Amino acid sequence: MNAKQIMKDGLFYQNPVLVQLLGMCSCMAVTTTLFNGLGMGLSVTAILICSNVVISLLRRLIPSKIRIAAYIVIIAGFVTMVDLLLQAFLPALSNSLGVFIPLIVVNCIILGRAEAFASKNGVAASALDGLFQGLGYTMVTVVMSVIRELLGNGTFGAGVFGDGIRLIPAGYPALLMILPFGGFLTLGCLIAFSQWALKKRQEKEGAK
Amino acid sequence: MNTLTSLLSISLGMILVENIIFSQCLGICPFMGVSKKMDTAIGMGLAVIFVMTVASAVTWLVNEYLLAGLQYMQTVAFILVIAALVQLIEMFLQKMVPALYSALGIYLPLITTNCAVLGVALNNVGSTFAEAVVRGLTGGVGFTVAIVLFAAVRGRLEFAECPRCFEGFPIALISAGLIALAFMGFQGLSVFG
Repeated sequence: MNAKQIMKDGLFYQNPVLVQLLGMCSCMAVTTTLFNGLGMGLSVTAILICSNVVISLLRRLIPSKIRIAAYIVIIAGFVTMVDLLLQAFLPALSNSLGVFIPLIVVNCIILGRAEAFASKNGVAASALDGLFQGLGYTMVTVVMSVIRELLGNGTFGAGVFGDGIRLIPAGYPALLMILPFGGFLTLGCLIAFSQWALKKRQEKEGAK
Repeated sequence: MNTLTSLLSISLGMILVENIIFSQCLGICPFMGVSKKMDTAIGMGLAVIFVMTVASAVTWLVNEYLLAGLQYMQTVAFILVIAALVQLIEMFLQKMVPALYSALGIYLPLITTNCAVLGVALNNVGSTFAEAVVRGLTGGVGFTVAIVLFAAVRGRLEFAECPRCFEGFPIALISAGLIALAFMGFQGLSVFG
């Protein structure tokens, strides 16, 4: 499989959240500000690259009967590392993501990629797959958090640029978008958009 | 606050006010995945109640007695305990209660990667044993309430007309959002807080 195909699949055609419908919990729960969305996305990307590389290296050593347990232990190890690193160097992010950092262990994207890609492909391809699947996830969390922060809080980039740039005057934004309802609504609309876009593309290719 | 009041307040919170799905956003994958039919939704709900209660008790004990001073191993230890527990419960039920085993079927192994179970276990750190068990039990009940309600809504969605690009998953997500909105009404119930 070539690098370009892996990139396109990870970002668009096989986007982990929008097309494979994996990892929705964290996607909805933490995307309330750009800071949280970006932090969560990059943490997941880092863990995904590491776990994909290690699982790909060990793919001939792990007996297939206990592979899921082995994958989970490897993933949990990397999650713990990221958790401790964030607590030490980015305590603000660690506080605002809270329990959702340790919960990356059960993020289905990571186990899904281990099972579907890293256990069957070489190290370099697995690392690339981890990078682009992770960036695909980051893209969704960033888009969601920008939309929800703007509509729910009226700002852009709170946490990244101080208190954020205020685009809607205080008192007007709908707090509802920050609550879980906003998460369900935004993700639903994004998935609908991606279904529409993928269908358009299929029709175009069919016409050729 | 005495023990009984605090247990009651946890129960009410986990079932309605801080419902695992609608207010904490945990366990969305199985919630969306197995809510297409009412009977599978009920099966999944029962399996989650069972595993979450036992997992809460065991992870509390592990955290209290095995991990003293090793708190940084929490994530690894908890997920291993949950995975092992699910396997154990599966084998136990298969041997001892085959009727329940066949009823829960494929939903048992799926629970390992249900983030609600690990989430409740992590939230239990710092509470007493009774609180942990009650939180596990009522968290499972809250999950069941949510998934059964949603299965009923989803049955009707099949026949509803909606824009083509919203068909299937997106419209289901938005309906779940509307139920979450309705559940916000329970916020006024925090009478013990």
